[in-house]
Amino acid sequence: MAEVRDVSVKDVEEAIYKLALEAAYHLPEDILEAEKKAYEREKSPVAKKVLETIFKNVEVSAQEEFPLCQDTGLAVIFLEVGQDVHFTDGYLVDAINRGVERAYKDGYLRKSTCHPLTRENYGNNLPAIVHTFVVPGDKVRIIFDAKGGGSESMSKVQMMKPADGRDGIIKTVVDWVIEAGPNPCPPVIVGVGIGGDFERAAVMAKHATLRKVGEPSPDPVLAEMEQEIYEKINNSGIGPAGLGGLTTCLGVHIEMEPCHIATLPLGINIACHVNRHKEIVL
Amino acid sequence: MAEYKLTTPLTDEDIIKLKAGDVVYLSGVVYTARDAAHMRMVKALDEGKELPFDIKGQVIYYVGPSPARPGKPIGSAGPTTSYRMNPFAPRLIALGQKGMIGKGKMSDEVKQACMKYKACYFASIGGAAAVVGSAVKEAEIIAYPELGPEAVRRLVVEDMPLFVCYDSYGNDLYEMAKKEWAGKFSLA
Ligand code: SF4
Repeated sequence: MAEVRDVSVKDVEEAIYKLALEAAYHLPEDILEAEKKAYEREKSPVAKKVLETIFKNVEVSAQEEFPLCQDTGLAVIFLEVGQDVHFTDGYLVDAINRGVERAYKDGYLRKSTCHPLTRENYGNNLPAIVHTFVVPGDKVRIIFDAKGGGSESMSKVQMMKPADGRDGIIKTVVDWVIEAGPNPCPPVIVGVGIGGDFERAAVMAKHATLRKVGEPSPDPVLAEMEQEIYEKINNSGIGPAGLGGLTTCLGVHIEMEPCHIATLPLGINIACHVNRHKEIVL
Repeated sequence: MAEYKLTTPLTDEDIIKLKAGDVVYLSGVVYTARDAAHMRMVKALDEGKELPFDIKGQVIYYVGPSPARPGKPIGSAGPTTSYRMNPFAPRLIALGQKGMIGKGKMSDEVKQACMKYKACYFASIGGAAAVVGSAVKEAEIIAYPELGPEAVRRLVVEDMPLFVCYDSYGNDLYEMAKKEWAGKFSLA
């Protein structure tokens, strides 16, 4: 029998605290690189100007006085827990929430959670959204995603007809991202979840936005679809900030799972150019 | 594409010279308001009460800034998505508001109001919030402090870079720009 490994939830709290602060002020390297590559290729002078402003924004933010975006997001956490882990020193989800609350307070980050109907702001950015997966092993992998409301609002799940197939999926994704246009702060990263069921399609779509940007899916069929969607979206003319140009999306990432014979669930989650995510393994 | 330096409050003369695609460097006072503040302002109007500030000639910036660090007037302050203000903007424009600053598309009703009452919708770069925040000179909450990031603030800005998105002639920069660049992408 595998040995059980104790992990203190205090360490989880500390990890969440650090990841949240880092995410708010420091753009992931791969996204900046993708933007610089796009800048070289870009032909619209306005788009170049917008991208230069985005680069400047990354520099200003890295001094840790002004976060990358005023919308410092909902704290979305993907937690992969090895099945041989035993959490000690309290309840895991409470610890995660404590880490989030402290980071958003100490880091002067915006508190963006509210009552859905009265719209009263809770003032602490809680609760965090936690997706937990049990995996083999005795490690805990934490991915912290600060998800902004603008790009999240331009996301959807659509129950497609099985006959829609590959081409129907491509068309639905492309049309949707073009319709969203300037709203989700392009250049965007498009996460797509195909199959599973209603809620799995959404979770896969969001998880897909966290892949290293532009890295193709290991599945050649999906990689080809990603490329086709990527080129079609960048041919829309929307451009950075929607002000015209050739850089509307930095990457399209698809995840796929088996589904029911009667269904074809499709999830589309858009991440903005400030796609803040950081991770750690405990 | 022309460039202008303008100072608030704006006049009809300021507005009619602006065309979609022009760049404006805006200085002076701008007021911040998002969904919750707009709901309250419109409710105040419905009840025959005054708005928290005189709206004539003013520009409203759709933003919910992050908290200010000690010694700074404000935190990061990029635009929020403007369509959520579609139900409110035409009414305020009719009362003399001259400009909105935000990101993303607004409604045809907003475009019509811009034409009828001479107003402009200015697009700012979403997610360039640290750059904008560090350019704000003063900030003061003047209404609805209980709304936190959504409270109405009076900002003083200097040369805030904006793009004229909807002008008073019915032009739409997003549509124009998209048409100009569609179909031109290649990986080479
Ligand atoms: S979509 Fe992203 S960049 Fe745009 S305002 Fe929201 S968090 Fe900021």
